[in-house]
Amino acid sequence: MRKKKSVIPGFGLSFGIVMAILGLIVIIPLCSLVVFSMKLSFHDFIVTVTRPRVLASYKVSILTAFIASVINAVMGLAIAWVLVRYKFPGKRIMDGIIELPFALPTAVAGIALTHLTVPEGWVGKIFAKTGVKIAYTRIGITIALVFIGIPFVVRSVQPVLEKVEAEYEEAAAMFGASRVQIFFQVIFPEIRPALIAGFTMAFARSIGEYGSVVFIAGNTPYKTEITPLMIMAKLQEFDYASATSIALVMLLISFVILFVNAVIQSFTSKIVSGIE
Amino acid sequence: MQIRNDKGIVKWLLIGLCTVFLLVTLVLPLVYVIYTALREGFQAYLASVTDTYAVKAILLTVKVVIITVVINSVFGIFAAWLITRFQFHGKKIISTLIDLPLTISPIIAGLIFVLTFGRQSAIYPLLEKWGIQIIFAVPGVVLATIFVTFPFISREIIPVLTVEGTDEEEAAALMGANGFQIFTQITFPHIKWAFLYGVVLCSARAMGEFGAVSVLSGHLRGITNTMPLYIELLYQAFDFTGAFAMSSILVIMALIILVLRNILEYRGRKEMDA
Repeated sequence: MRKKKSVIPGFGLSFGIVMAILGLIVIIPLCSLVVFSMKLSFHDFIVTVTRPRVLASYKVSILTAFIASVINAVMGLAIAWVLVRYKFPGKRIMDGIIELPFALPTAVAGIALTHLTVPEGWVGKIFAKTGVKIAYTRIGITIALVFIGIPFVVRSVQPVLEKVEAEYEEAAAMFGASRVQIFFQVIFPEIRPALIAGFTMAFARSIGEYGSVVFIAGNTPYKTEITPLMIMAKLQEFDYASATSIALVMLLISFVILFVNAVIQSFTSKIVSGIE
Repeated sequence: MQIRNDKGIVKWLLIGLCTVFLLVTLVLPLVYVIYTALREGFQAYLASVTDTYAVKAILLTVKVVIITVVINSVFGIFAAWLITRFQFHGKKIISTLIDLPLTISPIIAGLIFVLTFGRQSAIYPLLEKWGIQIIFAVPGVVLATIFVTFPFISREIIPVLTVEGTDEEEAAALMGANGFQIFTQITFPHIKWAFLYGVVLCSARAMGEFGAVSVLSGHLRGITNTMPLYIELLYQAFDFTGAFAMSSILVIMALIILVLRNILEYRGRKEMDA
């Protein structure tokens, strides 16, 4: 490799400014987390993170986030498909509102969804007749997480679907493949990595989500308490040791999710390149 | 070949399904916010949004958004310049650290600032001596907001600068242009739309951030309550008209942001194609 000093000026200045801001905003706070974690006693840590109420919160968080992300994967794929493959009136608007969950503050989404789904609400009324409660149950949490997760899968799959070449589908059709076969054997393998990536982003975001969930959850211990809420509760009691312990478990969960995604991504890309 | 033209029924079923799904999950909550805000008449609505605490919350939110956007813009531009224009050791670590805030729960973001500047921190005695209050005060709210929106602007600029390459800038540098001239006359015109796009995304998240800000604000009414926190306060006091009235302002902002986003994305794409 040729080593050469760049003729473009500004390395020192850029490096200085970037490191100063990065240091203050990201590095120092993360270091304080590490330093503070070191001071925790291992025994207390284990006791805190395995309390039944905290264990129940992991279950609620992971379960609701997982179901919401599966719903988003299916609907996100359908929406991406409709936006890429079909022409219909209102398509521009549908494409434009996908990012609404990014633009609308989560607390606003939270109170609106709660009011809509309580038994007296517009949507809750319909479900109350069948005996299904939405607000203040895990179903409510899942709906809030579906709301915030929509853009992830759509925006991950859409650009890949746009690039799938028509020739493969035409060739498959000439060999007599049905539409369903074409979708699952020709198109789906192409978009699978993007779909998994979108699912993972939605899942990771959902596990940590607080604003939209806290209103609709009702926060009943053991039933509808999410893990971020447990951290918040400990912070409000100024019990920083417990808050940090639970936060470490949450960070571990998100890193596992991201790691699994990275493994799957490298695995699927190997399969694809292996065939070619 | 007409292979891609689905038969009518499948096409319209899918379009119908997606439309209903998006109407119920995205559009209905918006309509509901506006409807509830105006339910008790326009007078009550106006009274809610011009309440002293409401105005203070709005002004604080505007202030936080402006500071966040300015700092993240400076950072985003320099970080993009550094990462795309120079080869150096540790570059991967820097870009990983920049993206890290996206994978961290807002509550944990709040927690790490409490641990850094709070009472149990090593630098707390120093801060106290100088009379600087960070957590449960406005600086904490600003820091938390910067953290959660940290990569938003740099992430938009970096891909554009990577595609653009360094030829034009190298030529300018060899002809004797200084860094400022190169940036303003060559680089910035290329990244203009991506930069504005990042600013829009950053403002959207900054005005709406709830979890991280909630941890750091200490909920001091009229002092550290941003709009989302003030909405929570009203909601918990069962002042639903007030909560939804404040929400309606954020809904309108969100719609403006969506329109801007779409315009900027369109302009940016046109620029890239040209």
